[in-house]
Amino acid sequence: MANGQQPNMLKIENLHASVGDKQILKGINLEVKAGEVHAIMGTNGSGKSTLASVLAGNEKFTVTEGKVTFLGENMLELPIEDRARKGLFLGFQYPVEIPGVTMANFMKIAVNEKRKYNGQQPLTAAEFLKLMREKSAIVELDSKLTARAVNEGFSGGEKKKNEIFQMAMLEPTLSILDETDSGLDIDALRIVATGVTRLKREDNATVVITHYQRLLDYIVPDYVHVLYKGRIIYSGDKSLALKLEKEGYDWLINDYKE
Amino acid sequence: MKENSQDIIQSLESREYQYGFTTDIETETLPKGLNEDIVRAISSRKGEPEWMTEYRLKAFRHWQTMSLPTWAHLNIPPIDFQDIIYYAEPKQKKKLGSMDEVDPELKRTFDKLGIPLEEQMALAGVAVDAVMDSVSVKTTFRETLAEKGIIFCSISEAIREYPELVRKYLGSVVSYADNFYSALNAAVFSDGSFCYIPKGVRCPMELSTYFRINARGTGQFERTLIVADEGAYVSYLEGCTAPQRDENQLHAAVVEIVVERDAEVKYSTVQNWYPGDKEGKGGVYNFVTKRGICHENARLSWTQVETGSAITWKYPSCVLAGDNSVGEFYSVAMTNNYQQADTGTKMIHLGRNTRSRIVSKGISAGRSENSYRGLVKIGPKAENARNYSQCDSLLIGDKCGAHTFPHIDCRNKSAMLEHEATTSKISEDQLFYCNQRGISTEDAVGLIVNGYAREVLAKLPMEFAVEAQKLLAISLEGSVG
Repeated sequence: MANGQQPNMLKIENLHASVGDKQILKGINLEVKAGEVHAIMGTNGSGKSTLASVLAGNEKFTVTEGKVTFLGENMLELPIEDRARKGLFLGFQYPVEIPGVTMANFMKIAVNEKRKYNGQQPLTAAEFLKLMREKSAIVELDSKLTARAVNEGFSGGEKKKNEIFQMAMLEPTLSILDETDSGLDIDALRIVATGVTRLKREDNATVVITHYQRLLDYIVPDYVHVLYKGRIIYSGDKSLALKLEKEGYDWLINDYKE
Repeated sequence: MKENSQDIIQSLESREYQYGFTTDIETETLPKGLNEDIVRAISSRKGEPEWMTEYRLKAFRHWQTMSLPTWAHLNIPPIDFQDIIYYAEPKQKKKLGSMDEVDPELKRTFDKLGIPLEEQMALAGVAVDAVMDSVSVKTTFRETLAEKGIIFCSISEAIREYPELVRKYLGSVVSYADNFYSALNAAVFSDGSFCYIPKGVRCPMELSTYFRINARGTGQFERTLIVADEGAYVSYLEGCTAPQRDENQLHAAVVEIVVERDAEVKYSTVQNWYPGDKEGKGGVYNFVTKRGICHENARLSWTQVETGSAITWKYPSCVLAGDNSVGEFYSVAMTNNYQQADTGTKMIHLGRNTRSRIVSKGISAGRSENSYRGLVKIGPKAENARNYSQCDSLLIGDKCGAHTFPHIDCRNKSAMLEHEATTSKISEDQLFYCNQRGISTEDAVGLIVNGYAREVLAKLPMEFAVEAQKLLAISLEGSVG
C-alpha cells in the first residue's frame, strides 16, 4: 500500500442485517489484517453468530445496509461458494450431517472446487490422500472418521475437530470460528485450539467467536471485541478477555441497556 | 374402461388396412395398429415356429378381453393402442452424418456422463454399427461364453435355435394373462435377450444389454428370459444411459428370471428413458413386468436406478418358491419436473425359511409424483419366513409428492416382518454447509442425493454405479435454486 501499511484483508463497514423483521446487526465496523487474530465476545443474543453467518453468506439473513470488502472485492455480491473458494472459512457451531457422503469424498470435492476457482489443477487421488493424512494429524483426527459420512454419528468433540480438519484441508485466508469451543472437554479444547494455532500464518487471519476466555489461552488474540445488541461497543487487547472473565459484561453494557 | 376396450375391439374389427402387408423395403415398418394379422406378421418376420405364433395369438386374444390397470397412483393420458407402430427396424430412421448434427443439449449430457464418443454416436443415431430398436441386441463375447455352455443371444434367435429351452421357460414366470401389459408384450414383443447358464457354471463376466428406442412413434416391447440352472451364477445388467429425445413412446417390457436350485442371479437396471421436457411434454411411458422365481436355496437380487421415463409402472418381484430361497430388491427411483413413478416390488414367500429384503429410496423433485408400492406375501406353508423392508422418501422443493403403499399379506404365524420408513427433505442447513465449503448448490444436491442413495448404488457393479451417480446429479439439474 502507498502508506506502507498492511492492506486490510477484511473490512466491514456499518453492516446491518436482519432476519425477518428483526434487526440483529446494527452497524458493525471491523477491520482484519493478514496475520491477525481477532476474538469476538459478547452475551447470548448479541449477534455474534449472526455476524459469522452473514459474512459467510447465509441466506436466512438479509443485509439491509453496509459494506463488506474481502481481499479488495465487494464480498456481499459474491455467492456463498465463491466466498469460500476465495478463502473464507466458517467453522460451524453446529456442524451439519450429510448421510451417505464420506468425509473424504466431501473434502475432495471442496478442495478441488477451490483449486479450480484459483486456476489450479485438481489433486490426484494420491496427492489428496497424502494431504488428508497430513492434515488430520494436526487435529489428531482419527483417520477412520474420514471414511465415515460427514459428521454422521460424530461425537460433539469429533465434530469440532472435524471442522478444524476441514479448515486445515482448505487452507483459508480468513477463518471465522463460531463458538468452536462450545461443548468441548478440556482435552478436546486443547487439541482444537492447538490445531488452530498451528494453522496460523503471516498471510492468513482468524476471527474467533467465543464465550470463554479459556480458548484464548491457546489462541492468543491481537484484538478482543465486545459485541452487544448488534454493535461492537468496546475493543481492546487480550487483557480485555481476562477482565470480562472476572467481572462479566455489566460494567460495559450498563450504558447501553434500554 | 370396459367400454373403452370394447370400443377398441370394435374399431379394430371394422378397420381395414390402409397400407397392406407387402414388405416395403424402404420403410421396414409394419403399419400402425394391432390385430391378429399384425401379430402374425411380426411372428413371420422373425421366422418363428408355429407354436410361437400360436402363443402370441393366444396372448393377443386374451389382451383384447383385458382393460388397463388403474390402481396405480399415476395419471396416465389415454393411450390409443391402434396408433402405435408395433414393429420397426432402425434402417428406417434417418442416420446423421456426424456428431455435428446431434442436438447440442444431448451432446452436453453425453459429455457429462463421460460416454465414449463411439457410443455417443450410436446413442445419438449417427451411422455406426450399433444395435437399436427392435433388432437384436449386440451380443459380445459370445464365443467365450459358448465355451462354458452359456447361451447369450437375442430372444428371436433363441426361439429359432433353442426352441426347447424357450418353450420350457417362456411365460413360466410371467404368464401372458398376468396383466394388460404382459399380454400385450407376449403378443407383439419384437426382441430382447435370452440367457441360459448351465448347471454349476459361474458366468465369468457381467452380461449386459442396452435396450434402445430410436424410431419415432415406435412402441418398444422387449422380452427377456434369463435361466440360471442348478448352482449357476450370473450378473446381468440392463441399461439405457442417455436420454432419448423423442415423442411419447410406449415401452412395455417383460423380464422373466428362473433361478433353479442353489443358483444366484443379480439383475441390475439403470433406466433413463426420455422423461419429457420441463413442462411435462413428451417422454416414455414405461410399463414393465419383471419377475423371477427362486427354487430351493436360490437367490435373486434386483437392483434398479430409475431416473427416466415420463411414467414408470414397474415392480420387479421375487417368487420365493423353494425352501431357504432369498429375494432382494434395491431401488432408487428419482422423478423431476412432471415425471410420475409408481414402482416397488412383490416378495411372495411360498417356501420355508425364505428371506427377503427391500430397500427403496424415492427422490422427488419439481412437480413430480413418486410412489413406492410393495407387497410382502407370506403363504401358509412359508414357515419362518423373514422380510425386512425399508422405504425412504426424499423431497426436493415443495411441489412434488412422495407416497408409500406397503401391503402385507401374512398367512403364517411364524413369519417375522419388519418395515421401516422415513421421509426427509434436503435442508437449507445442509446446502449452506456445502456452499460454505465451496460446493455449488447444484453439486451439493447431487452429492446429498447420492449419499442418500448410497446403500442401493453400492449394490451396482462398479462402472454402473459411477454412471448412475452422474445420472442422478444430471437428472436433478434445475430442481433447486
